[in-house]
Amino acid sequence: MSAFKDAGHLFRFAGLFVLAFIIFLVVRGYVVPRSFGQYGHYRGAAIGEIAARPVKFAGHETCETCHSDVLDVKSKGKHAHVNCEACHGPLAKHADDPSSVTPVKPDTAVLCARCHTASAAKPKGFPQVDPVDHSNGVPCETCHQPHSPAIEAAAAPAASAGGAK
Amino acid sequence: MMCDLAMFLGEQVKVMNGVEGFMYPNEIGLQWSVLIVLYPFITGLVAGAFILASLERVFRVEAVKPTYRLALLTALSFLIVAPLPLQLHLGHPERSPEMYFTPHSTSAMAMFGYVYLWYLMAVLVFEIWLDYRRDIVLLSQSTKGPVQWIYKVMTLGSDNISPRSLHIDEKVGWIVTLIGIPSAFLLHGYVGFIFGSIKANPWWSSPLMPVVFIFSAMVSGIAGVMLIYMAMTKLRGQKIDIRCVDTIAMYLFYIFIIDFSLEMLDLIHRIYEADESFRSLNFMVHTKLYVPHIVIQILLGTLTPLILLFITQLVKLPEQVRKRMYVTAGSLALVGIFAMRWNVVIGGQLFSKSFLGYTTYKMALVTKEGSLVAAGLTVLPLFILWALVKLLPPWTAEHVRQATTGD
Amino acid sequence: MPAAAVAWKAVLAGTPEQAPNYKLSDHWWGMLIDVPKCIGCGNCVRACQAENDVPDGYFRTWVERYHVEDENMTNPEVISPDGGKEGFPVAKEDAGKYFFVPKMCNHCTDSPCTQVCPVGATFVTPDGVVLIDQKYCLGCAYCVQACPYGCRYIHPEKKVADKCTLCYHRITKGLTTACCENCPTGARQLVDLKNPKDPIHEFLKTHPVQVLKPQMATGAKAYYNGLDGSVR
Repeated sequence: MSAFKDAGHLFRFAGLFVLAFIIFLVVRGYVVPRSFGQYGHYRGAAIGEIAARPVKFAGHETCETCHSDVLDVKSKGKHAHVNCEACHGPLAKHADDPSSVTPVKPDTAVLCARCHTASAAKPKGFPQVDPVDHSNGVPCETCHQPHSPAIEAAAAPAASAGGAK
Repeated sequence: MMCDLAMFLGEQVKVMNGVEGFMYPNEIGLQWSVLIVLYPFITGLVAGAFILASLERVFRVEAVKPTYRLALLTALSFLIVAPLPLQLHLGHPERSPEMYFTPHSTSAMAMFGYVYLWYLMAVLVFEIWLDYRRDIVLLSQSTKGPVQWIYKVMTLGSDNISPRSLHIDEKVGWIVTLIGIPSAFLLHGYVGFIFGSIKANPWWSSPLMPVVFIFSAMVSGIAGVMLIYMAMTKLRGQKIDIRCVDTIAMYLFYIFIIDFSLEMLDLIHRIYEADESFRSLNFMVHTKLYVPHIVIQILLGTLTPLILLFITQLVKLPEQVRKRMYVTAGSLALVGIFAMRWNVVIGGQLFSKSFLGYTTYKMALVTKEGSLVAAGLTVLPLFILWALVKLLPPWTAEHVRQATTGD
Repeated sequence: MPAAAVAWKAVLAGTPEQAPNYKLSDHWWGMLIDVPKCIGCGNCVRACQAENDVPDGYFRTWVERYHVEDENMTNPEVISPDGGKEGFPVAKEDAGKYFFVPKMCNHCTDSPCTQVCPVGATFVTPDGVVLIDQKYCLGCAYCVQACPYGCRYIHPEKKVADKCTLCYHRITKGLTTACCENCPTGARQLVDLKNPKDPIHEFLKTHPVQVLKPQMATGAKAYYNGLDGSVR
């Protein structure tokens, strides 16, 4: 046992390590979130938290529950697969409480130009025009009804086609 | 090849906010700053200093004994500072304990947290404590004032400095150093692996990366301790042990050759295979990295010190001349190794992963991750070393250890 | 009422768990990007920014325009002005070919970004979406370095990693992603690879599609139809 007498200091040093390790385990027990490891090496609760974030675009199905008249017009024209909020912007708040948010009518000069300004970069079959040659500053909705843009189908410039029933 | 480069230049030069050619939009600003350059530089010095210490302890190279304790204290000073650049860089440094509580076993960074802790406590602190224990106990009894309490705590309440206990310390210390050598390789090899395992970045991704990091770490650590020893001895008004310094310089030379060979191997391999990243990386080295890589790292920081050291190995020059050459070679080597870290970390972020463009690193002066902070963190270990040397003087106990190493 | 409206009510009620009709193990999400259909309008980039409060100068999704001259596939001219958010400048007809390539997080199955995260702040969900737990992330940016596609960034205010979440908060409620909802040409379509009745799943089975950087073996799940060899 005399060997151990002269190695006492080493046991003290080791003891420090053991103590530190125990403290580490205790703190870890408190600090690590409960749901950690639920599905894998991450906080399982994060999935639910991320899924619960607020939605800004209502989605065309929600718009169509109220604006079925627009859907009737749109589904027959070339813009059938252009969803409502692609032009009208995020309107989940309007869908939730229509009277609280009044959607602002998009400015066709900017909006239509983004897609339909002719460029060699765009797919050849895609309808595109040089805005100056085509209309020279005249607003697009003068001739095209945005919900169904083909000229034959349009009557008067779109004014109330957006109202809900 | 030059025609190719010219064509590439002509088509791609569209300089806007420091970007030439095309970069993915999120790549334009660098994520890892000069602080992340500093971090492998500092841990490299630690590993290298420890290897120098182990030369004496394990491989019984008597000549370098005067630097043994100094090397350990140097390693400790730098290891203490090592986490600081990382903490300053993190978006949420207060969450860094998560790396210890929930380390992700597939992440080299997480595993490194434990390697660092192991190396700090179970190797470096343990070895220093064992080697200094007799001095600590004596100082805890003789010192007056508040410092005495520091010594008292360091004794861990044991004042046993009988020959038998010191003999046990010696034996255990030898084992710790033995384990310490692979631990030092692990410490800095891991840092190399942190970069070398990133397949997304062809400048980093290489199995050679950990090995290159280890050998360049040894170069920097050995050069660093040599310079600190020479400076400190001069400051104390003592005579530099020229046999010691000659031996250190010899090891520095040979390890530097290995380091240089490894880097050349990487370069030759890249040029020969010329994979899809080669044109972009080659262009980057010749333009954006020309000064840091070709001029500073290779010419000034590797070839010049190698030539200087080679001359000292070949020709027996007068002592004074040798010392000057060692100081020059050592200083240039340190600059070269820092440049190497710079070229790896910053260089790896200057080119686009689309291989179609480059960005610029705008290093600020006074921000949290700017050059002032970097400079401060580089000299901070020297202040800590000064304090440690005051607390645990390296030059008292050599004769004591010689007396106890009977077997 | 469509599933979306049902789920919306649950969200308004403040219930943090997902909409009651969503089971993690029933889904395995991916995206189809039909390159010939993309017109470079940038609607997707704007929609994503609006839906997810993406900070200016950073992009969860972006569009690149390629110009490949004379079959010189290894040296395309690529631009992405502000990520394509306001569209692209008009291109003049020339001998080369042009096309647009929308990019986003590829929600890799063997994602290198989740591999390197030191703490488990980024992960692949059981339904195949790579997410970031921004309450746990340290902001070390290791994941940003590890992503071969450049889709990650450090949020300038939150100081944590951020990226495309495949609009997880929408797809778990029966909605589609903001980018797909707002794409006027159907160039971007969400796909549930576990659902044999998903029409896009059918498309993937009948068309040759590719992923970006297949040599990285990331198990990417953003499938590109009509992807040119010059695309980086």
